Amino acid sequence: MEINILAFGIAKDIFGASTVSMELPAGSSTAHLKLSLEEKYTKLKQLASYMVAVNNEYAEDVLIITELDEVAIIPPVSGG
Amino acid sequence: MQIQIEIHTEPLNIQQCIDWVMSPDSGGIDIFIGTVRNATKGKAVLKLEFEAYNKMAINEINKISKQAFKQWPVQKVLVHHRTGTLHVGEIPVIIAVSAAHRDAAFEACRYIIDTLKQTVPIWKKEFFEDGEIWVAAHP
Repeated sequence: MEINILAFGIAKDIFGASTVSMELPAGSSTAHLKLSLEEKYTKLKQLASYMVAVNNEYAEDVLIITELDEVAIIPPVSGG
Repeated sequence: MQIQIEIHTEPLNIQQCIDWVMSPDSGGIDIFIGTVRNATKGKAVLKLEFEAYNKMAINEINKISKQAFKQWPVQKVLVHHRTGTLHVGEIPVIIAVSAAHRDAAFEACRYIIDTLKQTVPIWKKEFFEDGEIWVAAHP
């Protein structure tokens, strides 16, 4: 399945785009997504931390994602 | 429970925020106004750029606001946040809380800004004379 990923802040700089797509096996979790992204974009691992959001909620590593989900990479936040 | 959350690309309006939280049964309003500081760790800051994941940011601010209503007897909660380019002295965030008594307003307002900074998907980039940096991105 192809997952489209929204990127914000420094993640956008690392990906070189505000959206990227990743090919993942059906039934993959957010942990799988993170591993695949880190393989392709190694600078992700240098961040203080980052989270995956699925459908506008912070997602646990075990959450299974599908092509219908809105997936985003959330680097360390700094609002306010 | 009255909550107003907005993310704007245009300058925030302090008076509008105060007017919205004001009510006859309130004994006080607490307001936090964030402003762009001219330096970070002694280094001159030229400007900031704010970016938000709008839908999720509103979702997260809504959770924080609801939690404030659970923890304190407050009457109205307002959070306005700015995105785009801001220069020194401009206002990235306004939080206004009204309550019958001041303790609740002070504590809820503090809770909302502190939690917003930790959980809400909004990012700022600082611009210096010799470069730029996404705040908090690296350890």
